[in-house]
Amino acid sequence: MKADTARTGGTPAEAGLIVSPNWVTSRLDDLVNWSRANSLWPASFFPACCAIEFMATAAARFDLARFGMERLAYSPRQADVLICAGRVPFKLAPVLRRIWDQMPQPKWAISVGACASTGGIFDTYAMVQGIDTIIPVDVYVPGCPPRPEGIIYGIMLLQKKIKGETFLDPTLRVEHLPDEKGMFLPPAVVDEVSEPFGNSVHQTRSA
Amino acid sequence: MNGASPNPSVASLRAQFGAAIGRSFVSCGDTIVVVARERSLEILRWLQETPSERYDFLTDLTAVEYRDRERPLEVVYQLWSLPRKVLLRVKVELPKDQPLEVESVVGVWRAADWLEREVYDLFGISFRGHPDLRRILMWETYAEGHPLRKDFPLRGRFSRAEQTRQALAIDPEANYSLEELSIADANQALPADVRGRLERQGRPGGVA
Repeated sequence: MKADTARTGGTPAEAGLIVSPNWVTSRLDDLVNWSRANSLWPASFFPACCAIEFMATAAARFDLARFGMERLAYSPRQADVLICAGRVPFKLAPVLRRIWDQMPQPKWAISVGACASTGGIFDTYAMVQGIDTIIPVDVYVPGCPPRPEGIIYGIMLLQKKIKGETFLDPTLRVEHLPDEKGMFLPPAVVDEVSEPFGNSVHQTRSA
Repeated sequence: MNGASPNPSVASLRAQFGAAIGRSFVSCGDTIVVVARERSLEILRWLQETPSERYDFLTDLTAVEYRDRERPLEVVYQLWSLPRKVLLRVKVELPKDQPLEVESVVGVWRAADWLEREVYDLFGISFRGHPDLRRILMWETYAEGHPLRKDFPLRGRFSRAEQTRQALAIDPEANYSLEELSIADANQALPADVRGRLERQGRPGGVA
């Protein structure tokens, strides 16, 4: 959000806009963003237990349909937002990457829970240390697992973000493809975000 | 419970195989018997086939490595007799200064197929005579070794960046062999009447 504000705050050239915003474009943005934000179709990527909380979120009591998300897209080709709820092992990383690549623009990603966001307690050989090393993520929902209220808050944050977008910004719809080495982020960045933190620094290591 | 009476199968084993049967003891009410690696297949087959034993159900097949580096690795067979409702745990010790090899028991219990692949994947113990000894949990191009060994670092041997790079290079479809995906192969495993019905419908299953 901070970066977006900075981008739209400067001059049009500084902000990377092709046309300066005016009454017509901002009305159009409002209309497009309103429709996008209120009919988000989630692609469900549910490798673990946070998915149970998402099921509760989608069920009658918390009722995700209030946010236009009643239609879970089980094909990534029909989805707008990838919701990754649960720990992602390395073996599943190419699958997640492929699902993300199959989703058409515009698309967003929500990382639900500690494990999807950071690897959580699974600071091991088998686990991706945060799905943002695999795909770009818009909203992180903390919790282990997050309550349905937390997931709904994450979705509302994403809606807020979508409502702040403008179609004049060419950087928004850029596909972030893996580079020629197959990496989505530079190796140094992956190593840095995968650093252990909190209690996991003090864990017993076998070697 | 350590003083509980041992499973009578141990006495039968000693009578049958003599020196090939090592120490045996009772732990938490379960009888554990260590057998010689050279004759393990013969002994396990005898336990499965002999009418007075009938250990016809392989509950689990796994391995243990102890923190004490001098102690050998152990392959553990958890046996259960469905008709007699008796439990027996058989162990085979694999000293670390020799190749980690043991005879496969897939020919005795089909359930051992994936269990032995798992032990191979995570401990690096190879099973002689296994029809398809490949990694099962880690992907096939996994290059860091066998994760459940005590000398394996918790976070793996490579940097996180290298692990991520290698993971993104996996072909998700390569985790299955052609045999696992082939309809023609499944056709052979079907019951004869189902196979005949498919053939009468012009679906021979012989898809190349």
